[in-house]
Amino acid sequence: MKRVFPILGLLTAGLLSYALYLALVVAPTEQTMGDVQRIFYYHVPSAWTAFLLFFVNFIASVIYLLRRSPKADIIALVAAEVGVVFCTVVLVTGPIWARPVWGIWWTWDLRLTLTLVLWLIYVSYLILRRFSTSGQTPQLAAVLAILGALDVPLVYFSIWFFRTQHPQPVIGGGGSIDPRMMHVLLINWAAFSCFAFLVFWSRYRLEVLKRELEDTQALEDLLESPRSVR
Amino acid sequence: MTYLYAAYAATWIIHIVYVGILVGQYSKLRDEIKNLNERK
Repeated sequence: MKRVFPILGLLTAGLLSYALYLALVVAPTEQTMGDVQRIFYYHVPSAWTAFLLFFVNFIASVIYLLRRSPKADIIALVAAEVGVVFCTVVLVTGPIWARPVWGIWWTWDLRLTLTLVLWLIYVSYLILRRFSTSGQTPQLAAVLAILGALDVPLVYFSIWFFRTQHPQPVIGGGGSIDPRMMHVLLINWAAFSCFAFLVFWSRYRLEVLKRELEDTQALEDLLESPRSVR
Repeated sequence: MTYLYAAYAATWIIHIVYVGILVGQYSKLRDEIKNLNERK
């Protein structure tokens, strides 16, 4: 396993560089927006990756509530944390695209507002996990994650069923896209998914180590405590 | 082009900051494990 990680890291770095080259050089320039449309190759894959990670968080939270599996609890925590990072990218790159195209950084449009709410839900989840000292924190967090996951389909389908300022979906719905742009988009999504997987893996190992260390320290304290009582 | 580069730079700054936080946590944890082993 120790050898697999650097190899995957190198492959991901190569794929990310290739995806960047495709996005900046190979993808055709959009006629009305010009080069600023290329932000789409980072914005959309980041959104898809965030949705995927929140879905993993949802599944792991359900498994945790059913089986009380510590592994599922760690997966839920890590998926939420990495998902928040990708969702932050979405919320930062979106306004940078909107400023030259719409003339404003932000509008309280349904899609944008629901994405901000989604981000706030998962930030609350992480704050709960970080600062709550209650023994029931994993259960409470799992319930919050399940409720929070309800916002993901709302965000995704908001542009299908409601009139919003946000562009139409590129897959399905009313939108359409040049096949060359779709190719670049999918390569970028593959690259960001590999990157997300590597970060997820590292964070998972870190959390496992952290919990093992906490258990060892707790055990040592327990072994030392009778001596101090005597 | 300024907005395009700003968006790409912002994306990588966010990811690099997060990875940096993870690296910091790893080294802190490694030190704690080292201290624990020395105590034994």
